[in-house]
Amino acid sequence: MSISLSAGAVPGPRKDPEVAAALGRRRKRVDIIIRSLCVGATLVGLAFLASILITLTYRGFEAMNLRVFTEVTAPPGSEGGLLNAIVGSLIQASLGTLIGTPIGMLVGTYLAEYARGSKFGNLVRFVSDILLSAPSILIGLFVYQILVLPFGGFSGWAGVVALAVIVIPVVVRTTEDMLTLIPNTLREAVIGLGSPKWKMIVFICWKSALSGIITGILLAIARVAGETAPLLFTSLGNNAWSVDLTKPMASLPIAIYSMAGSPFEDWIALAWAGALLITLGVLSLNILARTLLRGRK
Amino acid sequence: MSSTTETGTTETGNQSFGGVQARSEVALNPPRIAIKNLDFFYGDNRALKSIDFNIPERQVTGMIGPSGCGKSTLLRVLNRMYSLYPGQRATGEAMIDGMNIVGHDTDLNALRAKIGMVFQKPTPFPMTIYENIAFGIRLHEKLSRAQMDERIEWALSRAAIWDEVKDRLDASALGLSGGQQQRLCIARTIAVRPEVILFDEPTSALDPISTLKIEELIDELKRDFTIVIVTHNMQQAARCADQVAFFYLGELIEVAPAAQMFTAPKHAKTQEYITGRFG
Amino acid sequence: MSQAATAATPAHAAPRSGGNLGDTIFEWACRGSGVLVLALLGAIIVELFIAGMPAFRAFGIEFLWSTDWDPVQEVFGAGVSIYGTIVTAVLAILLAVPLAFGVAFYLTELAPAWLRGPVGTAIELLAAVPSIIYGMWGFFVIAPAFAAHLQPWIIDNFGALPLIGFLFQGAPFGTGIFTAAFILAIMILPFIAATMRDVFLQVPPVYKESSYGLGATTWEVMRGVVLPYTRVSVVGGIMLGLGRALGETMAVTFVIGNANRISTSLFGPGNTIASLVALEFGESETGSLKLASLLALGFILFVLSFIVLATSRYLLRSRLKA
Repeated sequence: MSISLSAGAVPGPRKDPEVAAALGRRRKRVDIIIRSLCVGATLVGLAFLASILITLTYRGFEAMNLRVFTEVTAPPGSEGGLLNAIVGSLIQASLGTLIGTPIGMLVGTYLAEYARGSKFGNLVRFVSDILLSAPSILIGLFVYQILVLPFGGFSGWAGVVALAVIVIPVVVRTTEDMLTLIPNTLREAVIGLGSPKWKMIVFICWKSALSGIITGILLAIARVAGETAPLLFTSLGNNAWSVDLTKPMASLPIAIYSMAGSPFEDWIALAWAGALLITLGVLSLNILARTLLRGRK
Repeated sequence: MSSTTETGTTETGNQSFGGVQARSEVALNPPRIAIKNLDFFYGDNRALKSIDFNIPERQVTGMIGPSGCGKSTLLRVLNRMYSLYPGQRATGEAMIDGMNIVGHDTDLNALRAKIGMVFQKPTPFPMTIYENIAFGIRLHEKLSRAQMDERIEWALSRAAIWDEVKDRLDASALGLSGGQQQRLCIARTIAVRPEVILFDEPTSALDPISTLKIEELIDELKRDFTIVIVTHNMQQAARCADQVAFFYLGELIEVAPAAQMFTAPKHAKTQEYITGRFG
Repeated sequence: MSQAATAATPAHAAPRSGGNLGDTIFEWACRGSGVLVLALLGAIIVELFIAGMPAFRAFGIEFLWSTDWDPVQEVFGAGVSIYGTIVTAVLAILLAVPLAFGVAFYLTELAPAWLRGPVGTAIELLAAVPSIIYGMWGFFVIAPAFAAHLQPWIIDNFGALPLIGFLFQGAPFGTGIFTAAFILAIMILPFIAATMRDVFLQVPPVYKESSYGLGATTWEVMRGVVLPYTRVSVVGGIMLGLGRALGETMAVTFVIGNANRISTSLFGPGNTIASLVALEFGESETGSLKLASLLALGFILFVLSFIVLATSRYLLRSRLKA
């Protein structure tokens, strides 16, 4: 069978180079316009980040002095600082992370090592993801109902519990993700030596996933360090010095919230200082976590 | 090695079949593991059908066959690795020292201390070389520091890797090359002093020089351990094994001393596989 | 290699596997923690509902749309805050999605390789900034800027237009629904952009290459191959952003204007559920109807968020498996 190579073999009008070129120019123009818009969008995003950081740095540094770290909050007019808020935040964030991390790790381990593909496991994972993105103000309201009302008062412990509830799903997600990356052959090699399953998980799997799990913990700390809403209804905030967890406890976000909304210049300045502190802390934790994760890869 | 097709006699005087040269006839020892009427199921799928054969002690049994024939499945039955996965089960008998491997009441941790396994992919643990070996030992024994050092040196020496790592026992095992990692895994397995070692395609992920080293190692190890090796490389089975079992579609087609298997296989399917007609 | 290695991970086998006490304890600890998480969510739902019960009982179903909020007369309704919540969130999505798409497109196709890492990290850092910082920034920087420049300009130029003019009325205070939506948009932008970027990267290169091979431009490849391929996940990511926007408190509280009425103008003040709860909680007595109403609002917010987040997760399920 011979194939005719004459031009008439292909049906329809012949390919017109003029039309093709014109179409090409138009398409190129559209492409360039869209590209520019995308670059523009990115610049807009970066501009906002810059604006936030610049404002923080400028206003925050303006208000920053040693007093911020050495003095407790005082009424407007007297020279106060943020010491109690800083300490309160440190206490509540670390305790919240301390409580939430083991629970989160156990759940993540459950999902990765015992329940992969099971219906119950899928349900747990689903619920954990909901908790991860749920409005934190609702967590605060919930802890208010169970730890503040029955005990007759706001307390640092309630704040700690609220933060722990926020930490749990963050750690669950990172733990599960990291553990599922471990190949089954490693698990089998450990079992093949006659090891019980829990030793395989704790001594080999957790160890292999360690940097990823630590990253998750760092990200969790960064998250709870900046949370305001859950603390509004639990530890409430405290203008005096207190490390008593059974009483209301100060925290940086709450201090910033109450000061920024006030009409007093010195309080607003303190709020900016606090804002700068929190942001520096949170961003450093994030960058640290990212570097850890990249190092592992 | 000379090449011939079909039957023929090679230069060294050993008979060869299908170009695979086996060594001379060797008598098989009494059985260490006696497998009787063993079936294996992935869910409803019967992957191993009525397997009957014996694994002679302190010799190398090679299991060959095309992909999916069940040889790896059978290997993983022997140390109950399948128990990790739901829906997989075995019926029948695999007796070692009067204990049925596939029985309900078997103590799995103790079984796996007795029957060790080396996997296709080297799996160094994320710890130092020393700790890699110590981990397995500590599961089953309580040794003093001196005894531990001694055992670790013994294991690494028998795995032919001692000289290469003796100065860096505290270094991470992940820094070793592929061949070294595999020998480390072998050291780790023999450190717990098993009686049987199962090798699941141990050299398929390695370069030819490492492969050779490991085959020599297996030859050494069989003086003290019963060895079962699954391989898809017939030449390797011929080089290493004393007894060879050929599997096809979940059935044991033929089992014979290596020399006989590669010079005069009885079954037509075996002949076809060995001459390369399929697989 | 054996079939077993490709099957599910080593799961718990039949009980008589050498009966290790350590194994049993550990497994029950893990399993128990899983149950704890479920119980936690259940407890939150139940507590919010029970605490809000008095309000539901007092006001009935009309609570959902009543726009009354009178602490003196003790009449409360969720209408204003539900309206505010939904409007600010939807508006935030409308503002954020095109920007997020632009960022994601840039990061995956347009940026030179050396720039992708830093820019990507910068966008992700935007996500890490606590919401109270956004609130402060919004209140001290954006609101005055809007009051001085943007709002007057829009009111002057668009306020008199037929059909849509009513959206742009009112005095330019700088605060209001639009400002809140704007701040929200910047907040959720990085989440949506990151999700989009992740799913864009998952398109197998061979699809894009075959399109380029026909002579398509980058935008045409995006429009013709990448977007259709990732459509479901993209919507899922948008819904995730929506879910976050619905529940944001601090970013909104500073700038929404805290008024208990629905204003038709975008520049008018309002309330979201979260901002209302945050602002009025301090002034509510325990056991009061007001507190119950606030908690009832919390329950409603939870239901809203749950629906949106569950939908988002359902849409993103293929990405979860990857």
